[in-house]
Formats: sequence, structure tokens, C-alpha cells
Amino acid sequence: MVLPPRSSERTAMREYDIDETADITDVVCPVTFVKARVALDEMEDGRVLSIRMNDGEPVQNVPRSIKEDGHKILKLIDNGDGTYSLIVRKVGE
Amino acid sequence: MAVDYAALKKGGFMRQRQKDNFSLRLKVVGGNLTAEQLITIANISKKYGDGHVHLTSRQGVEIPFIKLADIDAVKSELLDGGVFVGVCGPKVRTVTACQGGEICPSGCIDTHPLALLISERYFGKELPHKFKFGVTGCMNNCLKAEENDVGVKGCFVVNWESELCSMCGVCLKVCRPGAIKIKEDRLELDGAKCDNCGRCVKSCPADAWKGESGYMLSFGGTFGNMISKGNSVLPIIKDRDTLFRVADAAVDYFSKYAKPGERFRVTIDREGWDGFTAALERAYGNA
Repeated sequence: MVLPPRSSERTAMREYDIDETADITDVVCPVTFVKARVALDEMEDGRVLSIRMNDGEPVQNVPRSIKEDGHKILKLIDNGDGTYSLIVRKVGE
Repeated sequence: MAVDYAALKKGGFMRQRQKDNFSLRLKVVGGNLTAEQLITIANISKKYGDGHVHLTSRQGVEIPFIKLADIDAVKSELLDGGVFVGVCGPKVRTVTACQGGEICPSGCIDTHPLALLISERYFGKELPHKFKFGVTGCMNNCLKAEENDVGVKGCFVVNWESELCSMCGVCLKVCRPGAIKIKEDRLELDGAKCDNCGRCVKSCPADAWKGESGYMLSFGGTFGNMISKGNSVLPIIKDRDTLFRVADAAVDYFSKYAKPGERFRVTIDREGWDGFTAALERAYGNA
């Protein structure tokens, strides 16, 4: 089930002009990163992805993995419901 | 002529239950072997052993079922293949290391070059009892630094550069001890809470967190008959010269004060941590 975006996410979507969303709250490490990466792989350069992830291990580790892949992290938003949204601009090869 | 088992053991030939059979301990630094070395080891095992090898608990390799009569031939063939024999007995043992910053994304220091330097300096050195060094690249501690007589753990001393920061908020979450707080439009680091893991540096998308590599040393760890976690008694060390001055002081202390057959931890506990720490601090400060 995909929940509609919460108000904080909607605000962020306007602020960061988000093109795509991915929800990785239904998987655990290392699939969290794999799922986020698949979403990024399918996007064009410069497009912005919002990745919704759980507190704890995902929010501690996924940002670093995204950075190591060379993408640009714009913001981490606390959704206030135990999830976070990481706003990422895709950077190609 | 009587077989000198003690001498064989010191030279890495471990007596087996099976008469005149030895498990030959090889020298491996930081768990790394080249493919060529592995081929040599495999060939020796097939030719002189029983075709299997044992991976030891300290990243070493042993070739069991080497016959007494073949010891010289085995040594010479290993040497030809670039493989060196290890040690046992009251000496500095195999230096262990994780893959470290050259390979592992979590690494805060390059562990393998350091393990090689430690090995060059101390490996095989005769001491009152066995003595172990281990090098781990970061706070994840895959190499279990504190179970060694001297453990080295890589870390980052971190600093925030405001002009680079995009205030994205990632570091606030990746910091496990919660040492980073937002105060108006600035970040504040609580130095007492920071455990120098460097996750802020690794994660920061704007490279606003800068990390200077450092070494946290622990002393007196042992994880065999006696189980004790090594203690950190010095500030973070930022250069190799200081690291080796301190390591020299630790080894010298053990050499000077230990009773024969006594582990480092027992010596420090008996002589007192204050005196030991003072000896290390002198070495630490003698730049």
C-alpha cells in the first residue's frame, strides 16, 4: 500500500521540484539501497528523487551510499511519522 | 638426534597429535595474500601435506600434515614461491588488519600499509610472552582492536565548515551518539559526545564535515584463557611517528616488567595502570 504524501513531504516536493518518488520503508538493508538505486538508474540526469525511508539503519546508511554513487543529496526531511524523505538529484556518469 | 620441538614451534611448525606431523604456520600480514602465494601454498599442501589448509583465527594460513623429514624442502619451496613461514611462542605474532580505507567505504585509515610497517618493526620480536597487534579501520571494529595486546583503531577528528554546508540535515541523523545539533543557522558539535566515527564526514553531501584521520590505541587486550578488553589511555594519535613511539614504549614496558610467560595485561594490572600510562604519555609527548 502506498500512502499519500504527508504535508511535510508535499511541502518538500514543492520546494525541491521533485520528479519521482521511491518508498524503501518496506525493505531492509541491503535491499533499501538497491531499491533506491534502481529508482535513480531509471531517471535522467538532473531529475530529483524523493526517497522515503525508515528511521534507524536506513537513514543512517542510505545517504552515504547515495553520496558514494555520486548523486547530489539536497535535503533530509523528517516526516514526523518515523520516516524520512531524502531528496536527491541524479548525477550521471 | 632429538627433535627440538620448541625451536620448530618458534619457527612456525606446530606439532600435531599425529607423530612427526606438523601444521606449518605461514606469515600473513593483515590477511592479504597474492594469488601467486595462494598457488604456492596450494601446491605445497598437495605435495607435502594432505591437500587442505587451515585458515586460523588470526587471518593466518596453516598447512597441516607436513612431515618432519620434509621441513627443509617445504621451507625452501615456499620461499621460492614468495611465501614466508610464521612464528609461534613468546614473540610478536601475525599483525592482523581489516581491509581498511583503501577498499572499505567505512575505513578512516589505510590499515594494510600500517599493518606492514608494524609487522616490519615488530614481527617475530622475542618478548616474555606472545604479543599481538591488530589494526581496524573504523569504529565498526571488524578487526576487534581491543582483543589485541596493542590495538589500533582508525577514526576521524571532525570539523564543520559552515560556508560549505547546505543544512540538508543528513549529519544530524547519521551521528549515532547525537553529538550534532542545529542552533539557529549553525551546526554545533558536542565534543564530549562525538565518538570520532566519522559518519558525518562520510555522509555529508556538501563535504562540509572534514575529517582528519587518527589512531585510537588500546592496550592489554587478550581473548584466550584470560579475557580482557584493551584500554584506551591516550588521546587520539594523528601521525605514525607518534604511534610508533607509543607502540615502542608499550613493547619496551612489556619487555622490562613482564615475568616470563606472562601476558601484557597481567603485567600492566600487576605493575599498575598509572605507571604504564605515564610511560606511554612520555612517549606520546616526546615529539
